Amino acid sequence: MNPVSKDNFTVTHALSCKNISRSYGKVKALGNISFDVEPGEIFGVIGPDGAGKSTLFRILTTLLLPDSGSASVEGFDVVSDYKKIRKIVGYMPGRFSLYQDLTVEENLRIFATLFNTTIEENYYLIKDIYSQIEPFKKRMAGALSGGMKQKLALSCALIHKPSILFLDEPTTGIDPVSRKELWEMLRKLKSQGITIIVSTPYMDEASLCDRIALIQNGEFLKIDTPKAIVESFGRRLISVKGDNMGLLLKRLREIPGVISCFAFGDSHHVTTERDGNSADSLTADSLRFALEKQGHTNIEITPVEANIEDCFMELIAR
Amino acid sequence: MKVIEVENLTKKFGSFTAVDNISFSVEKGEIFGFLGANGAGKTTAMRMLCGLLSPTSGKGVVAGYDILHDSEKVKASIGYMSQKFALYEDLKVWENIRLYAGIYGVSEKETRERTQLLLAELGFEKERNSLVKSLPLGWRQKLAFSVSIFHNPSIVFLDEPTGGVDPVTRRQFWEMIYQASERGITVFVTTHYMDEAEYCNRVSIMVDGRIDALDSPASLRKEFGAADMDEVFRKLARKSKNNGL
Amino acid sequence: MREFRIFVQKEFFHIFRDRWTTLILLVLPVLMIILFGFGITTEIRNTKFAVYDPSRDDATRGIVNKLETSDYFTLDSYLSSPSQIEQLFKEGRVGFVVVFGEKFYHSLLHTGDAKIQLIADGTDPNTASVLTNYATALINTYQQELLARQQIASGIQRGITAETRLLYNPTLKSAYNIVPGIMGMILMLICALMTSVSIAREKELGTMEVLLVSPMKPFLIILSKLVPYFTISIVNYITILLLSVYILKVPIAGSLVLLTALSLLFIFVSLSLGILISSLVEKQIVALLISGMLLLMPAVFLSGLMFPVETMPDVLQWFSHILPVKWFIIAVRNVMIKGLGITSILKEVALLAGMGVIILVVSIKKFKYRLE
Repeated sequence: MNPVSKDNFTVTHALSCKNISRSYGKVKALGNISFDVEPGEIFGVIGPDGAGKSTLFRILTTLLLPDSGSASVEGFDVVSDYKKIRKIVGYMPGRFSLYQDLTVEENLRIFATLFNTTIEENYYLIKDIYSQIEPFKKRMAGALSGGMKQKLALSCALIHKPSILFLDEPTTGIDPVSRKELWEMLRKLKSQGITIIVSTPYMDEASLCDRIALIQNGEFLKIDTPKAIVESFGRRLISVKGDNMGLLLKRLREIPGVISCFAFGDSHHVTTERDGNSADSLTADSLRFALEKQGHTNIEITPVEANIEDCFMELIAR
Repeated sequence: MKVIEVENLTKKFGSFTAVDNISFSVEKGEIFGFLGANGAGKTTAMRMLCGLLSPTSGKGVVAGYDILHDSEKVKASIGYMSQKFALYEDLKVWENIRLYAGIYGVSEKETRERTQLLLAELGFEKERNSLVKSLPLGWRQKLAFSVSIFHNPSIVFLDEPTGGVDPVTRRQFWEMIYQASERGITVFVTTHYMDEAEYCNRVSIMVDGRIDALDSPASLRKEFGAADMDEVFRKLARKSKNNGL
Repeated sequence: MREFRIFVQKEFFHIFRDRWTTLILLVLPVLMIILFGFGITTEIRNTKFAVYDPSRDDATRGIVNKLETSDYFTLDSYLSSPSQIEQLFKEGRVGFVVVFGEKFYHSLLHTGDAKIQLIADGTDPNTASVLTNYATALINTYQQELLARQQIASGIQRGITAETRLLYNPTLKSAYNIVPGIMGMILMLICALMTSVSIAREKELGTMEVLLVSPMKPFLIILSKLVPYFTISIVNYITILLLSVYILKVPIAGSLVLLTALSLLFIFVSLSLGILISSLVEKQIVALLISGMLLLMPAVFLSGLMFPVETMPDVLQWFSHILPVKWFIIAVRNVMIKGLGITSILKEVALLAGMGVIILVVSIKKFKYRLE
């Protein structure tokens, strides 16, 4: 609509976001968010509930206005060109936005109609996903399990062949198997050239994205590839196992030189200074020595690589 | 001492068998993980244990009371917290505590004293008069857990208590679970975070209404030749006939 | 056009897949007509009355006779003292009491200050006013007959003889009052309440988010929501008319075309109100309360189903001026019951049309094509 706004952004980005801020009354939901997404990328926005993920998604899908800053999707401004954006995006809100009292097939038809297309026309796009729920197409959407609802919602968001897909927490409340399946579908969509912006509170899903932004309290802590984020972890990380893990956790925290210690599945992750040369500096060996002196048994100590969750925890501790 | 004992528990809805002949028991103070895919029957089983649904057949004893005949006594001896509903968001922190204490018959005086204590332990003294909706999700869930064990129940049922909570608060939450377990409270918990399954003493995994695996996380990993619980879960859930429906 | 058709179909699915919604929308009007038309009747039939008559002359006997021989009243007893009256009402034995003054006949003929008092139970004001109105009418008739006879006897023409007749509703059937009221209520219920609730429902479920993030015009989304409720309103309008003509025996005195046009105008106003409410609220419960309390309750009061409008406090009467339903009920009474033409309802039609346009313009301005 407004050609001037288009010139402000480089059209090569599938999405470009500059200094977006947004508050609800006195509560700041987003502060100064900037990032770009390249065409065909899977970009993950990762952070806990209430971090501002949904607000960001709603601004990018033209449902909310930012207080300040600007953003464009496929070169169109989210404020002035909202009508054009609405034609090209697929959006799946955080809640199950399906009509519970309509059947699977009716839901899909409604969404196809909404974007002026038909199920038949773009069936090839959703075939992989929809074929799994097609045997139940006469069933009411409300009677589907969480995983199935999510597959239907994804089919609905895809049926008009969007060039960019916004998925707000598609895996929340879904069991690990369905989550895995959903991510496999996203990889396939990527291979068809669709740009995907996805949010999730599950840190372990970060590695499935091309690039991620870690978000907390309305601010991006870091934007990079998962690999680069993990490599930039600034501390030494040691995994500790042993008998009586509960007591071990408490004792580990009391040892000088331990910066933090948290349970990670079947072991504890201890962070210490990476290159500390002082007397306090802990290595795997000195840690073992300290624990054995306290009488802990069956101790297994291994230096480990950080994962995204370690990084996130380190970043919010700062 | 066993606080949950279930024998051949079955629940049918019409021709659909939601819970299919499950048997297990949980010891006092144990942290028991209750896993399963969406639609595997976890919620139905949990509702029966809480005395909200009567079983089609089979027997269950929770906190020493029969879940079919003494469901009122069962309800008085348990605590319950879920991700979807935990506290009234439009009530203040202390009002929520007073409300739940009142429901479970804790005296006014004791409630007053222990509210102070509870808020101090959580570091929430300043939030006493805040509306619950103004608290971050992680704080809310921690508070909700404290409230659910305020009346010293012998068992607390936690339904996906940490969904969407940030990683640090999630771990603090689990440390609270450990403390409760040390006080002798049995914790019965469902989660979709597979690393949390590792924090349980024992884990059961439901598939199509049955319990297909029940053991300590370490033994389950060994049994299935898996590196972590996530792999155990996926190997089991793949066997499911109905594919999550 | 295809998209519009599928969306209209979707709305019908929402309505007919919920058994209670279907039941309320289609059965409620029938139920209301039957309940109010027959059950909660304010019709007078064999109502008992008592008489306190210190005069005991020709005129008082004549009046009592007149009342008694009508289809509507039966004489219960003569009272020996006015102190018995209260007891009678407490027992609920009579509908009203006639109290004559002393030397009634003499006063009537010569001094012209003959006193007659009608006492009725004001706890049910609607029935009380209907009873006393009709008794008054009968007494007036008697008085005129008496005077006429006097004139013939004396051979002198004395003034003009006025005759009172109850127009439009000669048999005092309450259904005449009720049909326009129920019509207003039902149309308001379906158009304003159901429309606003169904839009609020989409907001609450989160489906509105997806609808907005689509190229479909918000205008079409709303229009597709209106079609089913419009259709159901028409069905109900026809049902109510058929029921009132054939079951309640209330004829359509005026033009059916005019009545239908008037109802269409009111449906338009109500639908606009529904859209306005839904654009202001986010939750179904709020939409329900606003349309229920602000629109439906006044419609019930103004319909005269419970209280005569004249007995309402001034504030409420004044407030009722801004409610479309009031003007609709007045206009329907004029056309359907009185059989008057368009000229008699010009004011009401102008008011309704004005309200409709204003509400529609405001609600289009207020419609959010974003979430805020």
